[in-house]
Amino acid sequence: MRIPCPFCGERDSSEFLTNGSAPPPRPDAGAPFAAWHDYLHLRDNPAGTHAELWQHIHGCRQWLRVTRNTRNHAVLGAEACRP
Amino acid sequence: MRYSALALLRHALTGNRSWTPAWRDPAPKAGYDTLIVGGGGHGLATAHYLAKLHGITDVAVLEKGYLGSGNVGRNTTIIRSNYLLPGNTPFYEHSMKLWEGLEQDLNYNAMVSQRGVLNLFHSDSQRDAYARRGNAMRLAGVDAELLDAAQVRAMVPGLNMDTARFPVKGGLLQRRGGTARHDAVAWGYARAADQRGVDLLQNTEVTGIRVEAGRVTGVETARGFIAAKRVGLAVAGNTSRVAAMAGLRLPIESHVLQAFVSEAVKPMIDTVVTYGAGHLYVSQSDKGGLVFGGDIDGYNSYAQRGNLPVVHDVMECAVQLFPAMSRLRYLRQWGGIMDMSMDGSPIIDRTPIEGLFLNCGWCYGGFKATPASGWCFAHTIATGQPHALNAAFRLDRFARGQVIDEKGAGAQANLH
Repeated sequence: MRIPCPFCGERDSSEFLTNGSAPPPRPDAGAPFAAWHDYLHLRDNPAGTHAELWQHIHGCRQWLRVTRNTRNHAVLGAEACRP
Repeated sequence: MRYSALALLRHALTGNRSWTPAWRDPAPKAGYDTLIVGGGGHGLATAHYLAKLHGITDVAVLEKGYLGSGNVGRNTTIIRSNYLLPGNTPFYEHSMKLWEGLEQDLNYNAMVSQRGVLNLFHSDSQRDAYARRGNAMRLAGVDAELLDAAQVRAMVPGLNMDTARFPVKGGLLQRRGGTARHDAVAWGYARAADQRGVDLLQNTEVTGIRVEAGRVTGVETARGFIAAKRVGLAVAGNTSRVAAMAGLRLPIESHVLQAFVSEAVKPMIDTVVTYGAGHLYVSQSDKGGLVFGGDIDGYNSYAQRGNLPVVHDVMECAVQLFPAMSRLRYLRQWGGIMDMSMDGSPIIDRTPIEGLFLNCGWCYGGFKATPASGWCFAHTIATGQPHALNAAFRLDRFARGQVIDEKGAGAQANLH
């Protein structure tokens, strides 16, 4: 897999650390327990297009939001998490 | 037809012309008492124990491809019960006991070989951790021996003991662990279930689960609707997709785990060795090929193939441990899709939908669990309640905060 880093260009995935699915917004501190359970444990786990977080640890060290197809590993795009 | 040495001789003398197929290929009935979705090791074992122990024979196993086409044929064939936590140890030990009598139970040669599983340690603190694990195992009635470096050297020649970056200080040995012929496990369970009247429906992909008033009534398949009072899902790798058909969202991610086989060499390793300073497990098949595996690739995948960085990593670990392997060529490599649960432990339980049961979340360790998984899942389906052995593997344990976190690392999908 090669990931098109918006800062460094297209690089091999071994330069990156993967951190799983791009999470939904974090619940408020006072949110009910069920919201935290949902946030912490439950996953959509789609077979197909999947948004996930990767960090370019051996490059610019920026966190990226990568869109990837989990059926064939095709990388569909990458954008910086911070504008 | 019963398999025996005499039958083998009789068929050999008559030109092997009268062997019959190991199981039927029936057409689906309109409905069954119980449907098992997934014709892999766990699904077939469940069908076998439902029929044998609970007398429920109006059962069909639905498989989207051919029997045993998924993870039961994609693992590294290791069986062991060297677990630490109280929720896990009795379950895996029950599995080990079932392995020990499996071939007689199924009348099928699963080539169960109790050649031992040796977990190496490389530091004082790791020795303490393994001693603790071994003590916990022995308290639970499981065999465990702590070997020092000299004993490991005598047992496994060829290990890089002294000059390695992480010298081998010893190992935790479970002598009753070992390997089994993985395809034969699926075939043996299939044949035994079929002989008790279970219908094995291959090329029958489930496309929907019908739920009416909170109760499951059957499944839509590629060969039409099949009604059922009870449906058990044993579709590790695709659990999220299938469970979503019934509106469930699970604490599961699907990840790819690769395994490798080298060219055949003369006898080199007569046990199963795991590396404590990297992630590698290696054994030698009866054909002579070294069978090894390592970490998952780390990203969500349904692709049944991995990428080169992990190939690299596993090979590096193998050569660190056994320098002689540097000249070996590896022949085959493949990937299987694991259900990675959020605490590294499986789920065998009812679901909020009446009549729908769930068997999933096997992470790295589904193969060794096959007999006990089928045994416990059959009990759970037949009685509607979990058995004491799978009482900890509840679906709601995450919401209750009672996770079984063997690695002690919190909620993430890259644990054992």
